[in-house]
Order: sequence, then C-alpha cells, then structure tokens
Amino acid sequence: MRYRQAIALLALVGLFVALYLWLHALGFGGAIKCGASGGCETVQTSQWAVFLGMPVAFYGVVGYLAILVAAIVALRPAALSQPRWSKWLVLLATVGFGFTLYLTYLELFVIHAICRWCIGSAVIITAIWIVSLLSLKSPAIRTDHATLPLQQGRQA
Amino acid sequence: MNRFYVMVAVLALVLGIGVFALLRTGGGASAAAAGAPPTVVDDGFRGNTLGQETAPVEITEYVDFECPVCASFATIQMPTIKEQLINTGRVRWRFRDYPLPIHKYSRFAAHAAQCAGAQGHYFEMQDQLFAHHQWAQTGKDPSNLFRDLAKASGVDVQAYDACMEAGRYAQRIEFSRQEGDKLLVDGTPTFYANGKKLEFRRLPGSDDFKALADSIVAHRPQRR
Repeated sequence: MRYRQAIALLALVGLFVALYLWLHALGFGGAIKCGASGGCETVQTSQWAVFLGMPVAFYGVVGYLAILVAAIVALRPAALSQPRWSKWLVLLATVGFGFTLYLTYLELFVIHAICRWCIGSAVIITAIWIVSLLSLKSPAIRTDHATLPLQQGRQA
Repeated sequence: MNRFYVMVAVLALVLGIGVFALLRTGGGASAAAAGAPPTVVDDGFRGNTLGQETAPVEITEYVDFECPVCASFATIQMPTIKEQLINTGRVRWRFRDYPLPIHKYSRFAAHAAQCAGAQGHYFEMQDQLFAHHQWAQTGKDPSNLFRDLAKASGVDVQAYDACMEAGRYAQRIEFSRQEGDKLLVDGTPTFYANGKKLEFRRLPGSDDFKALADSIVAHRPQRR
C-alpha cells in the first residue's frame, strides 16, 4: 500500500510540473521560470518541443494523470490484494520513463540545453518507475483481512 | 487511509497555488501591448531594409505580423525573392509596420520585432514571428512566446524585456501606420515599387516581383 501511496503522491507532483509547462506552451503566463541558464527557452522553442502536433508537456500531463488515477484506483480496499494493479502501474511508469529517456537524450545530445523543469520531471518519473518495480516485488497487503475470519466464524 | 487522501488534497491545493503563482508572476503583456500611443513623434526611422543601397528597385512592404497572408508571403515567397532578387543586388526590400486594428497582438508583435531590431536582430525575429505563426490563431497572450522567440533570435533578453516593458518603439510603429494611411494602404501586405503602389489581383509571388524588377530595370533611363 505504501508503494502505491508513494506513486500517487509522486504522480501528483509530476502532474503539476507538466501542467505548468503545458500552460506555458499554450501561452499562459509570462516567461518561464527557469533560472539564469535559459535552457528551458531553448528546449521549449526547439523543434522537439512538439510531438505529434501537441506540446511535449501535454503528454506529461496525460501520463502523470493516468498514473495518478491508476494509483488511486489501486488503493481501493478491494484492489489492494490484486497484483494486476501493480503491473498496470509498472507498465504506465515504464512508458513514461522510456519517453523521458528519449527527451533527456534530445536535451543532452541534440538540443544541447538542459531544462530544469524537465530534469525535475525526469527525476519524478524515474522515482515512480523504481517504486512501481518495488511494488511488483512486494505485493500489497490487504488491510481488511481481519474481517475474513469474522465472516467465516459467522458462517460456521 | 483517510489521512492519505487529506494529504493528497492538501498537496494538490499547494501545488495548484504554486503553478498559479508561477504563471501570474511570469510577466504578461507589457506596455508594448497597449494600443496606439496618444502622441506620435517622427524619430527619422524609415523601416528595416534588406539588400544593397544601389539596387535599382526598392520594394516597400507594409506588413502586419498577425496577418496570415503576410506570414504566408514571408515564409513561402520571400526565400526565393531574397535569393534571386535581393542577394543579387537587383532589389532592396523595406519593411514598414502597418498593424491592423482588427488584430489584437499585431502591434505587440511589431514592437517585439523593433526591440529585437534595436539589438541588430530584426530579421531573425521577423523570421521567428512568421515561422511560429500559431500564436496568431490562439488568441492567447503571446508575450511569453515572443520572449522565447527573441531569445532564439539571439537577442539579449534583459534588454528586450526593458524595451518591451517601456513600449520604446510604440510611437515609431504608429508613425509607420499613419504613413501607410497617407499612402492609401488598404490591407496587408501592401507593396510599393520605387514609391508607386502595386495593385495585384491575388497575393503576388516571387515571379511577379522578378517580372517587375526586370521591367523597371529595362525601362530605366540609360546613363551616357
């Protein structure tokens, strides 16, 4: 359960990071807050800032939202003992982690600029990916197992 | 479990406020985004030019940065015109601002280009504004994007910010627009060849300007 809670909290933070970058890409607000390096402007105005016609940050919003919803659903008492939710979280986190690896490669070796917000997002998705793998190794424990003997006792 | 959801709600609230604050403090349309200035002064500026002083033909283009036809002309026709006419010394091209009142951010875009021009990057900024012309369709405040485009044009952003914030070239742009009114500019882009207004039934292409340049060169008085 703790792993899924950690994934939900990390996804929530990632969601707002991606949301800020997406709103900035849509023209809301002023200049991006990025420190003195200005790497965010270089990255955001590069040709790789748009993927399949949408700002890259939009996919971040969708991805983090999907992970957040999956983690919240996986925290329902009925879902806690079901390992398939951990597998779904690993799948979503792996897709996000892979996409982040690709974007980080572009930043380092193609655009030659580093965006601090992108690094923040990369750290968050990497943490989610690691925690999701750990949750796969340690299946969630039912919190309502105490009701089982009581029900069996009543039936007896 | 309930404590966890309370924590999620509190964290979402804090992060939401944080994003809102970041977007609010990130700037916004500056003085340059305001409408026409109350007074207009001629600072002697007569537009940014491409090409040689000695070119026999000078085309003056009254341009509106938010106008899609201007963007289309700039991105599709101008590269050929530059290569075949301007770089060969046959034509000089002069850009004058004519922000149309129906366009919310064209005056602002003209100002962004002038601020970039103050640092010697007018044409790089012009290319950026036309190449990323999606800003003209969204209706959103483009100040943030223009700043990014200025940066990509090689402009020192701090000086650009100060220029935009002060609305330094607002009067120059309005002077150009009023000059256009006197010359009967009736839309954008409107072209003049050596001071004579050009009438086209459709958006002219590079071939039209090539034919025009050929004609002017062929008919100009021969020096003896």
